[in-house]
Amino acid sequence: MTIKTEQMVLNMGPQHPSTHGVLRLELEIEGELVKKVTPHLGYLHRCFEKHAEAMQYNQVVPYTDRLDYLAAIGNNFGYALAVEKLLGIEVPERVEYIRVIMAELQRIASHLVAIGSNGADIGALTPFLYLFRDREYILNIIEETCGARMLYNYIWIGGLSHDIHPDFIRKTKEFCNYFKPTIVELDNLLSYNKIFIERTANIGVLPVDTAINFGASGPTLRGSGIKFDLRKDDPYSIYDRFNFEIPTGKGLMGTIGDCWDRYYVRIREMEQSLKIIEQAIDNIPNGDVQSAIPKRIKPPKGTVYKRIENPRGELGYFIISDGTVNPFRVKVRAPSFVNLEVLGELCKGYLVADVIAILGSIDIVLGEVDR
Amino acid sequence: MKSAEEIFEILKIEFSDSILELDKDTPTESIISVDPLQIHQISKFLRENPGLQFDSLMCLSGVDDANGNKIKNADGDDVFENGTMSVYYNLHSIPLKHKITLKVTTPRTNPKIESVESIWKCANWHEREAFDLLGIYFLNHPDLRRILMPYDWDEFTTEVSRYPLRKDYKNPEFYQGMKVPY
Amino acid sequence: MYEYFYELTGNTILSTLIVAIFPLLNVLIVALIGVYLERKVSARIQDRIGPNRTGPFGLFQTIADFVKMLQKEDATAKDIDSKLYNIAPVLVFTGSFAVYAAIPFSSKLIGSEVEVGLFYVIAISSLVVGGILMAGWASNNKYSLLGAMRSAAQIISYEIPTAIIVLSIVMITGTLSLDKISNMQTAYFWNWNILGGAEFGLTKFLLIPFMIVGFIIIFISTLAEVNRTPFDIPEAESELVAGYFTEYCGMKWAMFMLSEYGNMFAVSAIVSILFFGGYHSPIGYLGNSLGIEWLIPFEQAFWFLAKGWTFILIQIWLRWTLPRLRVDQLMSLCWKYLIPYAFVNLIVIGIILLL
Repeated sequence: MTIKTEQMVLNMGPQHPSTHGVLRLELEIEGELVKKVTPHLGYLHRCFEKHAEAMQYNQVVPYTDRLDYLAAIGNNFGYALAVEKLLGIEVPERVEYIRVIMAELQRIASHLVAIGSNGADIGALTPFLYLFRDREYILNIIEETCGARMLYNYIWIGGLSHDIHPDFIRKTKEFCNYFKPTIVELDNLLSYNKIFIERTANIGVLPVDTAINFGASGPTLRGSGIKFDLRKDDPYSIYDRFNFEIPTGKGLMGTIGDCWDRYYVRIREMEQSLKIIEQAIDNIPNGDVQSAIPKRIKPPKGTVYKRIENPRGELGYFIISDGTVNPFRVKVRAPSFVNLEVLGELCKGYLVADVIAILGSIDIVLGEVDR
Repeated sequence: MKSAEEIFEILKIEFSDSILELDKDTPTESIISVDPLQIHQISKFLRENPGLQFDSLMCLSGVDDANGNKIKNADGDDVFENGTMSVYYNLHSIPLKHKITLKVTTPRTNPKIESVESIWKCANWHEREAFDLLGIYFLNHPDLRRILMPYDWDEFTTEVSRYPLRKDYKNPEFYQGMKVPY
Repeated sequence: MYEYFYELTGNTILSTLIVAIFPLLNVLIVALIGVYLERKVSARIQDRIGPNRTGPFGLFQTIADFVKMLQKEDATAKDIDSKLYNIAPVLVFTGSFAVYAAIPFSSKLIGSEVEVGLFYVIAISSLVVGGILMAGWASNNKYSLLGAMRSAAQIISYEIPTAIIVLSIVMITGTLSLDKISNMQTAYFWNWNILGGAEFGLTKFLLIPFMIVGFIIIFISTLAEVNRTPFDIPEAESELVAGYFTEYCGMKWAMFMLSEYGNMFAVSAIVSILFFGGYHSPIGYLGNSLGIEWLIPFEQAFWFLAKGWTFILIQIWLRWTLPRLRVDQLMSLCWKYLIPYAFVNLIVIGIILLL
């Protein structure tokens, strides 16, 4: 007698507590062992690229906020840099400094969410709320300057929407002093927690050549042990003036490129961001932040691919201009979109619970995966 | 580190027929146009040549060039005739730190390009996206399905509303019984 | 208790019902206060405020939730196995509630003074596993099924170290009756089993380290048996949504919730009976020193509840501090560490007792 057997398919999402949005994963499992992972995207597709073609260049900026909604400044920044390169304009020093400080503050805020939700997926809910408390601090600082908490529309082509608030410098310094002990606290509470290490070390190991071949970027790539950060390797804006290090995964708790490494790289990156902010905050020159904003944005014919280091990785804007006021084509190379692709490779042979840990360590934002 | 001209010269020697031209006119980037049916071979060379080592594909973008004649089709919609579609490949070499942009162009009707998925794995989803939004077919792609649009989008659409990022795209009337333009 | 009400009413069924009301009330109160405490304590731990709108300090929040639960429609999914689906919450609740029959709240407040109380408690609490498996299977949901399978494996595995430690206590005390075990640890806290029991001598001092190890093992395994973090794998919300009760709502869901908190208190009570003197005061009785005889049972009930709630607070504290283990790590913790240590502990205690 033969017994009919069937592969069990577990449908995870689009409504699931830890798919970080509306991602649907089709898991083929045997018992709890994952045989194959198929991601299905598109539940949050909002036609950004089609929208952008109908807008004028400056009108696209608010739409870029909605891509990676946890790091909206970075999205504005990349788009503005790309269009500025097309136009061939230089922005004032003051604007450069404020942009860098804002982007680094945003990087810390974004990493806080990434680390917190990675912990929460594994069951540590308390660090998640601690980190959200600290993130609130940053959001308040940014809100004072540009009036919004998540979708800022702050960095415009050629300038900024507002000059910084008079309290900005004082509060940012206060934040830097407040935040340093918090990282130590976080390390003690979560990073070196035995259970957390058990859950993340040696899980989802991403070898460096696979990472490069799959186009992984940001902490996902650096967790695999390669020193590659666009702020150093392809410097944009004024990042070449600051002294900071690129943290990489060293396999402290297990293998190089495991979930713990990716997690730990983010924590160490926050320290480096603080370092950049501290170097920049005292040197903001005086000036007008809107002086370089062009009255009429009409770039010459041409193509540009400009990439920046967003918290999640390499955010690239590929823009084709046909010489009119509307972009002919805007393609976003979203870091989460590319990083997510490696998930299927990472999850093979691990348990269902590990899929959550791996997904959390890749840190995707569905807003930019689906665009 | 090599400039676009140097890379172009190297490619010109290796693939004399399929390298079409070097476009230096654009103010920001130099683009090498290549044959769409040779792109796999050229990419393989670019990645494996020790002097080039293009190990990372930064971006792959499909573009509707919107050229050709605008005509009215049977339903009275504006469509392009005899136009072209292009795909841009932005390559980067992590060890050698140089960049290059490749471009392939293919006819608008039945656009076919060789897939580079077997060279850079990250091309998989980028190519699926280009197929999904622009209808460019990638030959030898292992899993050419829609990615951002619903899998059953084709069943509810006509020729003109199938690929949303084409310049002559028009919304379909209904999808799954839901009215689309509102 | 039962005998007292039997004399009062002269009716077996009526007196049984009356006696059963006390533990039921206790379970309800434990659930109400437990949920409230869980919220408030977790809020404090997480730097939040917690419920503060319904009543003073949000005290009525759980009552409001309970009323909401009562009013909810009993919505069920398609294609469920409705018989099993409906009986599962009842079975789970029965399993956790029946434990209370043998638990002595004070020298006067015992549901039933069964001689094999410990045996009964371990046996009857296994009903929960059946209920959970039924719920998981009948829900026709893969998440529920996975949760139920994890849960059954986990509870059955962790019963082994629990039973071994219980066995070592039985070896020391020589009885299975929970009341007698409590009574052997009367008077002051140095008579508690965790400090080697009431009998003074070399044996007592030799036993202390092994009793502490035993306590740690049984505390970890009881955490796993009631599915609390770091062992809340069956209902791991970030993986399995809610595990075996994903498909339940309204009162049926509330029964799972009730039994969870009932279980929490039950295992805390068992641990405090086995190791911390049960209902006996650690510092002597006010009733004795004042010469008021009737005060003593009330004091005993106070001490018993205080010990039980202490353990519940520790469970809550752990839940909101630690991440969650993975299912295979949970199993290896049990089979590779707890069971061997428990066995060694048992053998050493046996040798010490032979001295």
